[in-house]
Amino acid sequence: MTAELVRGQNHTLPQTRLEIRVSAGTPVVAGATLGDERGTVCGIEWIAHPGSPQLPGLEVSQQAAADHRLAVDLEALPAGAHRVTVLLALPVGAGGPVRFGAVPAPFVAVTGLDGTEIATFTLTDLDAESAVSALELYRRQDAWKVRAVGQGYAGGLAEMLADQGVRDPAALAGSIQEAVTRGLARSVAPPPPRTPEGDRVRHATGSADHRPTAPPPPPAPEPPEPLTDPATTGPAHTTQPHTTQPHTTPGPAAAGASAAGPSAGGPINYAHPRRQHAAPPSPPPAAPPAQPGQPAQPVAGDATGWSMDERLYNQIWGMFEDLARAVAAYRSAVDFAESRMDQELDRALSDPRNRIGGAGDRAREAARAKRDELASRAREALDRDLAQLAAEAAVVEPALPAAYAGWGNPVWHAHRIPMEIPMALRIGDLHLPERADLRIPLLVRLPLERGMWVDSGRTASEAAALMDTDRLRRLAMETAVAHAARLLAVYPPGEFAVHVIDPAGSAAGPLAPLVEAGVLAGPPAAGPGGVASVLAHLTRRVDLVQMAVRARAADSLPPDLDTGEQLLVVNDFPHGFDDRAVTQLRYLADEGPAVGVHLLMVADREEASAYGPVLDPLWRSLLRITPVADSHLADPWVGHAWTYEPLTIPPGSHVLEQVLAAVAAARRAAGR
Amino acid sequence: MTVNMTKGQAINLQKSDGGTLTAVRMGLGWQAAPRRGLFGSRTREVDLDASAVLFADKQPVDVVFFRHLVSDDGSVKHTGDNLVGGAGSGGDDEAILVDLQRVPVHIDQIVFTVNSFTGQTFQEVQNAFCRIVDETNGQELARYTLDGGGQYTAQIMAKVHRAGSGWKMTALGNPANGRTFQDLMPSILPHL
Repeated sequence: MTAELVRGQNHTLPQTRLEIRVSAGTPVVAGATLGDERGTVCGIEWIAHPGSPQLPGLEVSQQAAADHRLAVDLEALPAGAHRVTVLLALPVGAGGPVRFGAVPAPFVAVTGLDGTEIATFTLTDLDAESAVSALELYRRQDAWKVRAVGQGYAGGLAEMLADQGVRDPAALAGSIQEAVTRGLARSVAPPPPRTPEGDRVRHATGSADHRPTAPPPPPAPEPPEPLTDPATTGPAHTTQPHTTQPHTTPGPAAAGASAAGPSAGGPINYAHPRRQHAAPPSPPPAAPPAQPGQPAQPVAGDATGWSMDERLYNQIWGMFEDLARAVAAYRSAVDFAESRMDQELDRALSDPRNRIGGAGDRAREAARAKRDELASRAREALDRDLAQLAAEAAVVEPALPAAYAGWGNPVWHAHRIPMEIPMALRIGDLHLPERADLRIPLLVRLPLERGMWVDSGRTASEAAALMDTDRLRRLAMETAVAHAARLLAVYPPGEFAVHVIDPAGSAAGPLAPLVEAGVLAGPPAAGPGGVASVLAHLTRRVDLVQMAVRARAADSLPPDLDTGEQLLVVNDFPHGFDDRAVTQLRYLADEGPAVGVHLLMVADREEASAYGPVLDPLWRSLLRITPVADSHLADPWVGHAWTYEPLTIPPGSHVLEQVLAAVAAARRAAGR
Repeated sequence: MTVNMTKGQAINLQKSDGGTLTAVRMGLGWQAAPRRGLFGSRTREVDLDASAVLFADKQPVDVVFFRHLVSDDGSVKHTGDNLVGGAGSGGDDEAILVDLQRVPVHIDQIVFTVNSFTGQTFQEVQNAFCRIVDETNGQELARYTLDGGGQYTAQIMAKVHRAGSGWKMTALGNPANGRTFQDLMPSILPHL
């Protein structure tokens, strides 16, 4: 809830990391002074201005601009600073306006790091003043408050600085204006006037230090829910407070690049220059009003949700449903057109009058024309719907955070290991034959609710039947490794462990990226002994956590037990498995997901057929995915057969290795 | 402006400014008739169900009712089953939303019906109505009151059908008997 302050009013600040946004409609200079308990400024080292923009916990812009963002960390201020005064002044000597009365009333907002407005203040009733002290942040009994000041000075900066007790204010004011004049040469034209929406959307962040100070608590096992049920995506599942936004959004990465400065040779900013909605803005981005007679332009995140992640998740599910239903309408109309034509043809044939003359031919032609007319109208309606969905996909896809994005999306190159689990993970793409290039991301909720099974069987799909067995097996294992890497990359460091069972050691090639990066919990287990020990370890973990959950005694778990999520990748099943191991695997598949132990099987069902129907429940409990395109997934609304395609790493790209290296580095940094 | 419809009356579904409608809501509301006598406070609830049947050239293609809340093409949506009716308020107890733009091209008629699932006849129902609302602005376009409750358990309320490039609504108000829409099919067909 935003407090709209009037002059003199104050408001308590809920947090100490803030951004102060100024929009003035005309270039202004923004600065800040620090004051002690009595409000006096101790010296020029307590003044942030364009000539000296940085103070501990405070940074201002180096040039005059119509819009400013001042990053403030009140806890990082120098000891003894009890007051921050935000100043605005009109630049002199640039031929611009010389009094605030001649320009639009400046608007100042105190916001959280996520863009939520805490308090706003419009500096009205200014006239001959050319400098104004806009806001004051001050400490009152260990809490910080903001006060709307709005005190103007006709004598400009010098008079304002003198009022704050600065020695030799004229010289300082002169040097500030000189720095501004230098900066003005570099500055760009002021942006268009502030719109209510435009000012809320976060374009970039002003502070590089966005890392949440405390790691989030370990994830509690969530009750399972069916994979294909979008109706359960209620706000209860959203555990992402705005202040600790996940690092899957490119916002912090962009800030990291900009804060490093042009001279420091910092990391390249991979954020899309026009991807403005990547970080959660406080209100959902509303679509601009539609042109008359045209559908509204789609906007990424145009759905309900508490965070941008949730909005995008719901939007993607909405697109999924709309595509399913639009195609259902088309297929239904075409089927109807066909069956009506068949009936009419039958009738024409059975009518004895049609046997002589051209009447029969005419009736047949008429029936076909009716069919074609209806089918073409149905296609028209479908094309209209598909065009709208394609336009939506075109804006949504580039705005996706890493967890929702394909490997080709540049967001993966700037990926930083998050401090929170994202809401969902993309495991592939879905499309229908009516429009094969319209891809819907297949998102599964995290923590995983079902294990996955990468089918390496040649009978699995048409595309698989064309491939030789060895190549398909390798591809299946590579798919599994890519999924494991995605999971590792979107979990906070150390909260996701991957175990591998490779009994015959046949997957050393595909497993190499995981092994070389050192992100596995242990070397891939080989031979029956290795299988038995890994399964015993994970079975013990499931048993203990289950007991602890049932007895509500989570604190009596043994200290060596890793409470993070565990993923077991099994290659070559059932090679190396005995009856006991199969039983344990089924136990893990049934009981594991609820306590954070997940399966990722790479298997050909045919090879395990010797076990008979005893394994059927295992296959059914796993989400079957394929290493090549295959139409085996059904949507929950109308049950079309959708073609699933796994996410592929662009040829020649080293994104997998980079991401795994980042995982390893983040673990080292976190000391785990 | 609301048109109070009478049986058999047809109106063009147009906005008040003459534009074509894009989305309409068929709302249904009812109350159980008050009971008199000893233990009169023991309410006997009446469960009316609204259903919509989508026809293409007199063949039923899809049905939206309390077991199938959204038509496969997504154009017709039932907002959910109400088992007891309104407690006297004027709002809709059950509603069916129709996105006229998204109705598949081969669907030319949508018939709305009301059934008494609990088996009471319409004599035990009072203040029952059916109305068509412009969903884009909440304006009521037409209202049809189920007056003169008689010894029947269902009513075929109205149909929305294509007329030229737009849609028309016709009030049917035909009594019938049946627990769900399946029982009504024979009585619907003559109205197509």
